[in-house]
Formats: sequence, C-alpha cells, structure tokens
Amino acid sequence: MRVIMVLPIALPLIAAALSLIAHRHMTVQRGIGLATLAATTVASAVLLIDVERNGITSVQVGGWPAPAGITLVADLFAAMMLLVSSITLLIVLVYAIAQRRTDEFAPTFHPVYLVLAAGVAMSFLSGDLFNLFVAFEVTLTASYVLITLGGGRAQIRSGMSYVVLNLLASTIFLSACGLAYAATGTVNMAQLSVRMAELPGGVREAIALTLLVAFGVKAAIFPLFNWLPDSYPTAPTPVSAVFAGLLTKVGVYAIIRTQTLFAPSDGASTLLLVIAALTMVTGVLGAMAQDDIKRLLSFHIVSQIGYMIMGLALFSVAGLAAAVFYVIHQIPVKTCLFLVDGIVETDTGTSSLNRLSGYARRAPVVGALFLAAALSLAGIPPLSGFVGKFALVEAGLAQGQWWIVAVSLVVSLITLYSMTKVWNGAFWGAPTSPASPERPDASAPTAGVQTATATAIATAERVRMVNARRGMVGATAALVCVTLSIALFARPIYDLASRSAEQLLDRDTYITAVLDR
Amino acid sequence: MIALALGVGALFAVGTYLVLQRPLTRIVIGFALLGHAAVLLLLAAGGPPGLPPIIGTAGTGPVADPLPQAFALTAIVIAFGLTAFLLALAYRSWMQTRNDEVEDDLEDRRIQKLGRRDRSKGRP
Repeated sequence: MRVIMVLPIALPLIAAALSLIAHRHMTVQRGIGLATLAATTVASAVLLIDVERNGITSVQVGGWPAPAGITLVADLFAAMMLLVSSITLLIVLVYAIAQRRTDEFAPTFHPVYLVLAAGVAMSFLSGDLFNLFVAFEVTLTASYVLITLGGGRAQIRSGMSYVVLNLLASTIFLSACGLAYAATGTVNMAQLSVRMAELPGGVREAIALTLLVAFGVKAAIFPLFNWLPDSYPTAPTPVSAVFAGLLTKVGVYAIIRTQTLFAPSDGASTLLLVIAALTMVTGVLGAMAQDDIKRLLSFHIVSQIGYMIMGLALFSVAGLAAAVFYVIHQIPVKTCLFLVDGIVETDTGTSSLNRLSGYARRAPVVGALFLAAALSLAGIPPLSGFVGKFALVEAGLAQGQWWIVAVSLVVSLITLYSMTKVWNGAFWGAPTSPASPERPDASAPTAGVQTATATAIATAERVRMVNARRGMVGATAALVCVTLSIALFARPIYDLASRSAEQLLDRDTYITAVLDR
Repeated sequence: MIALALGVGALFAVGTYLVLQRPLTRIVIGFALLGHAAVLLLLAAGGPPGLPPIIGTAGTGPVADPLPQAFALTAIVIAFGLTAFLLALAYRSWMQTRNDEVEDDLEDRRIQKLGRRDRSKGRP
C-alpha cells in the first residue's frame, strides 16, 4: 500500500524523461502524458480511500528512519488536494491536446507539464521542510518554462517579473529552512512541530512569519500579489488555466500546513484575518477595473485566496474545514473559467469585454459552461461556491468575528457584479459579427483545379478546427461536471473536509504517524 | 561565526539592492548574491566546523553536521540552474527590445497615462 504514495511523484518524472526522448513524435508524447496523468489520478484516488480508512500514512523514502531521512506524509487534506489537482491536470492536458496550438509549437510542453505535475504532488506529500523547498523549486522551474513558452515579447516581459519574484520568495523560503534548522536542529515537519513548541515565542514567530512571507508570495496574499495579474494572462490558455487553478493553491496549502503545524493559535489570528480581508478587497476591486477577461479573472484569483486564508485564520475545526472545502472547490472552478476564456479567444480572437458581444447566442453551450463556473465563483446557492462561503460565514460567526464575515459577504456581492459584467459584456447582447471570422468559404476562389484543392484544404482545415473546438468544449464541460459534482456531493465532501480539519488541528496524530512508524 | 553572520548580512543587503534595480543584468547578479547569502546562512545553521562526518574515518573530537552541507549543495545546484535560465531570459529580452531594462507592467503604464492626461487638463 505504501508504494501508492510514491507513484504520483515518480510516475510523472519518469514519464517526463520518456516524453523528452520522444520529442519528435507528437502522438507518442500525447499518449505518454494522458496515460501518466490518468494513472496518477487513479493512484491519488486509491491513496485518498486508504487514508480515509486507515488514517495518516507516511513513507520513509530510501528506508532512512524519520528524522534523518526524507518523509512523505499523506493526511486527508493532502490526499484530497492531490486527487483534485490530478483530475484538473488531466483535463487541462486533454484541452491542450485538443487545442493543438500549445503542444504543436513547443515539443517541450509535454515533458515540462509532467514535471509540473510531479512537483505539485511532491509539495502536497512532503513531510520535510527542505524537501518541500525542493518540491516548490521543481514546480516553479517547470512553471518558469511554461509561462515563457513561445517566447513572445509580452511573455518575456511578464515572465521576467514572475521569475524574479518567485526566485526572491524561494530565497526567503531557503533562509527560513536555515533559520528553522539553526533553532531546532531538524527539518522534519513532525519533529519541527514538537521542537518549535519548545522555542521562545519570539523565535517561533519569526520563523513562522518568514515562512508566511515566502509562501505568501506564491499564494498571492495581500501585499505580495502584484506579480500575479500581470503574468498569468500572457501565457497560453492551458498554462494559465493550470496556474490559476493549481499553483496559488499549492502556496495556500503550504501556508495552512506550516501555520497549523508550527504556529498554532488558540483563537482566531488577527494578523491572518486582516491579511485575508485585505486580500479579498484589493483583489476584487482590481478585478472591477479590468476590461480583459483573463486579467479580470486573475484579480479574482487573488480575491478568492482571501477566503481560504480567512478559514485558516479562524483556527477552528469549522473554519479550517471551510478553508479546505473552499480550496477543493476553487481549483476546478478557476481552471474552468480560464478554459472558457480560451475558447472565446479562439473563436473571436479577443478577450476584451469592449470588443466582445453576444457570444452566448453564437455558442450557447460555452455560455452555459461559463455561467455555471461564474455563478459558482460568486457563490450562488445550488453551486459549490455557495457551500464553501456558507461554511466560512458560519465558522466566522461561531468565532464571533463579525467584521470578517461582513467583508466576505460584501466581496462576494462585488464578485457577482464583476461576473455579471463579463456576462453582459461578452455573452449577452447582439452578436457583433453574424458569421464566424474563420469560415473560409465566405471568400469564394475563382475557378479551375486550384479551386478544388483550395476547397479541399479549406474543408480539411475546417474539420480540424471543428474537432479542436469540440475537444476543448468537451474538456471544459468535464471540468464543469467536476465542480457540479462537488456541489452535488457537498455533504460527504464537507464531512471529509471537516475530518481533515480535525487532523490539521490535532498535531499529535500527525507527529506519531511520522515518528513512530 | 560573527564573520559568517556579517558576510550573510552584507550579501543579503547588496543582493536586495541589486534586485531592486532596473537593468536585468543587475537583477541576475543580485539574485546570485542572494542565493549565496542563503547558502552561507544554511552553513552557519550547521554550527561550528568539525571533522568530516564519514563513518569509519571519524577520529576523536566534534564532527561537522553533514545535513546543512547537503542542503547547501542542493540549493547551489538549484540556484545555478535558475541563474542560467534567468540569463537566457535576459538575453532573449535583449534580442527583442535591444535594452535590458525591466519594463513597467500594464497597470503602471495605464495609470501613468491617466496621470499625464490629468496633468494636461490642469488637474492636480
């Protein structure tokens, strides 16, 4: 059973090497990518079932006993995150393959994407602070390559600031590792958790804050988020979708993990609550001012991070359960919105609200997909966002934190306004161009043999386009189904989130699971 | 130990200063210095120097802590790879724009434009 924990990390890494060898054969690369991510998804599902039945499991990589060797730990939170991210990675890969543009122009896309998958899995499973640093570096290095894929001018400009800022955060993280080791003599997270509790308060807080700053840059919390809305929109759609859905949440995961293990607070933490409120408000206000859909959605990523931090800041079972549920719901929803925007951009050549109009009449299915995801983001009742927000509000009221609840409700209203703005601007109204611009038969060529070949090529091209579009819409629909099923099975998923929150707050189980086996 | 701490502090200070500059080459050098500072910090975290920690060869006396050295090696390798990537990016940027300044982001440019418009209308 223990092998299953290593698979989500090892499989994509091996597959990445194979995929790199097969860089001349697009079909082989695609096959490897799909098979690997499907296998990872199955492995994560099995892992989740195992952890749900048998409690927290750990593996000592290389057989070295716990404090000395590298430990992989899977608790419910990690296993749930792993499963949702594997599903998302798989669906986005299907989208990227259908879209063709991303991987046909860059043979490195598939290997790097697989490395990203391995890095994300390793971040979730790592039970060792330094190994977590390595996992972050693996993920980020892959993301540096993906965000500058193609190397256009805008991409290089925004990619540069993305790389430099993340490198800075990594350096801070590395320094935090050094400081933690100097203070406690260990980097094993379970042992750190024990020894941090014995440290003088000032030292403990300094280390916890350094870690918060390092992960805060990656998770895009309040004063540290400015890089995000500038860099995500320039990447190819599948890349920005995966980044939007996953990468910031890996940062949030690390914040939740380290803050609950190293700096547990008895009641609500005021610092984190203030950060959460400011993140929500600045993010959503930034979104209101945007005209480009991708940039607008990027600001919403920031705003939604605030809700997760709010759940953590409450430091209660209900609060953390809501935060866990919120992260799980956010990953597919955010990815979905970016994927829909990618389809709109492929069809119309723009994602500017000023230039778009009446898209829902042209493509009602895509409109419906957007609506489902957007309403879920805003938190309209039957959808998953509502469950998450309701749980957060309830947890906040139980702790007596009225003001943060008020802020979160107002922000959620503005989110709804912003989503309505996108709907009105892009999807409703009269269509701007009655015929789709890429229909080549509108300009009929003259005569002769040339006409026949030209028509044949044009038809083949059109069939290709239609197939590509069908694949993209199918992948997006699959992801919408994931978000809908989160809403449909809200009760069992919330119960799981609740149990994972109990595990997060009960540090002793985590510590014994790692050190006593 | 004090010398090491001062060295780490100086490297962090110079690195931070360079990273905040506009030209990309300076940022790259600044990042390299920050990386060195973090690595030295890791070494300092390992405590005082001692005998090589190899089983069988250890004599009497205190043994050096091997773990931070392993961390430092890993960190050096990562920093090396990323510096190379950063340089490649800087070169690409220079090829495209013929200067190595970091450009303002979209939002900054938009606000600057609004500011210019306001000034030309005589508003503060």
